[in-house]
Amino acid sequence: MSTTAGRATEQSDEQRRGAFSSRRVFILAAIGSAVGLGNIWRFPYVAYENGGGAFVVPYLVALLTAGIPFLLLDYAIGHRHRGSAPLSFARLRRGTEGFGWWQVAICFVIAIYYAAVLAWALRYTFFSIDQAWGSDPEAFFFGEFLQAGEVEISTDVVAGVLVPLLIVWLVVIGVMALGVQRGIGVVSLVFIPLLVLAFVVLVVQALLLDGAGTGLDALFTPDWSALTEASVWAAAFGQIFFSLSIGFGIMITYASYVGRREDMTGSGLVVGFSNSSFELLAGIGVFAALGFMAQANGVAVDEVASGGIGLAFIAFPTIISEAPGGALIGVLFFGSLVIAGITSLISVIEVVISAVRDKFDTSRLTATLVVVIPTAVLSLVLFSTTSGIYVLDVVDHFVNQYGILVVALISMLVVAWGLRALTPLGQHLNVHGRPRVGTGWRVLTSVVAPAGLAIVLVLSLKDDFDAPYEDYPTWLLVTFGWLMVVALPLIGFLLARLKWRAGTHLDGPPPGSDPAEPVHATTSATGPDLRKGAEPAQDEGGLR
Amino acid sequence: MNTSAIVMMLLAMAVIWGGLALAVISLMRHGAVEDRTENVRRDL
Repeated sequence: MSTTAGRATEQSDEQRRGAFSSRRVFILAAIGSAVGLGNIWRFPYVAYENGGGAFVVPYLVALLTAGIPFLLLDYAIGHRHRGSAPLSFARLRRGTEGFGWWQVAICFVIAIYYAAVLAWALRYTFFSIDQAWGSDPEAFFFGEFLQAGEVEISTDVVAGVLVPLLIVWLVVIGVMALGVQRGIGVVSLVFIPLLVLAFVVLVVQALLLDGAGTGLDALFTPDWSALTEASVWAAAFGQIFFSLSIGFGIMITYASYVGRREDMTGSGLVVGFSNSSFELLAGIGVFAALGFMAQANGVAVDEVASGGIGLAFIAFPTIISEAPGGALIGVLFFGSLVIAGITSLISVIEVVISAVRDKFDTSRLTATLVVVIPTAVLSLVLFSTTSGIYVLDVVDHFVNQYGILVVALISMLVVAWGLRALTPLGQHLNVHGRPRVGTGWRVLTSVVAPAGLAIVLVLSLKDDFDAPYEDYPTWLLVTFGWLMVVALPLIGFLLARLKWRAGTHLDGPPPGSDPAEPVHATTSATGPDLRKGAEPAQDEGGLR
Repeated sequence: MNTSAIVMMLLAMAVIWGGLALAVISLMRHGAVEDRTENVRRDL
């Protein structure tokens, strides 16, 4: 195909699918996806539990040998094949399209419950102002706020969760309907700098509290003996893997929206280190605050250290109640959770919307409504009731451990060993990417990263077979855990049997997607110039 | 804070935040080289 025709195809494809206007927007959007709730409430506790300061060693090894190589693999797949996860896999080899839909199904499930946690954080941002939880934050959270009763499926709606959850979904619909650049891009441009600013202020506030040094001691004092334990290394690989948003379609989708002449390798390094930089910042802020809490209550830090929901909705409210300037700390902390969460949620939803648009050739607005409304309804039905927290906990555990982890591992092995696609993907990255990727990247991606993920998976399976997760009843674990994770690949490969819209290019990268094609060509026959510095193709938003 | 905790905190900061700074500089320099190449091509 001629260069001119290729450019015309590229332009029409960008106009149809939407695109980020620049590398900066893409990087911020990718950081927004990677930096989520896990950076703030998971990393600090994982580091503390797994060797403290010594955890830096396995963490960096995991980042450099598995996290960033895998991130670059996702980028290469999406950027080279210019499609959502199913379309990119179909272009790699038609028979592998199901892996893309499996990833889409996982994103659909994650979006359903992730929004609920955002709704809680949104409500707690306002609770922080007058410390509405009173003297017992734990009783307030489970009792007054969630109204959680027995472990059963309930249809009793909790208005205090329903309303913020509805607000979250309305915001998501608005952002997603605006499109890739005007929606996701603009939100990322505004929210990511705001998130960093808010968190820096929070960390400074936390460091000024009495006892902050004690907390940092607990986090950073190295326990070198931990480095001999396999579980510590698995925790590091797991943290890096879950934190970077890799292996379940997000980075494939986002990379497909980036101009074909961008440096994806350099961008990947920036995103990977940004994610870890924020985690480190979060660790400092969280443990400085926990140090204050421990000192104020006259106990050791290990008695107050926690992660996840316990950290955010029980420990932090306690800190906010006791610390000078607690309201500010509360608004900054929960506001940061909301911002970090919303940018991650839109990236998860975009995986589904992008797949629907690619497969069925619908407009942005139609795809947004078709995807977001059912997701929101399920989210509201399942998680605004008094049984919401139990279902959420189980779904979250299983979709992460046996959804994301398994699809990432299998699809990575299929790409590396089944399709032997690493060489062309590496060559694609190297056309404009620096530093160049070579044999080392291929070895890391085909051997080291899968081995790391496999170990994480085996240890997780062992834990779940040794004892029921959190001692939940079997019916709950089977229904919302095991059955759900088994259903996801089945649904994925069933969806892959549906026909593509007429004219969809399959089997190989689409025409006009070769980054090695000359940058300059006459523009008279192809409309607006797509060169660097020129106006980007307009994302159509909901115009069609 | 004890000395080993301070050392590990500074080490983590240096490696992770330093790595980010290097990655950003590298990306900007590479982009700048591309821009210069573009200008030369335009002149030709």
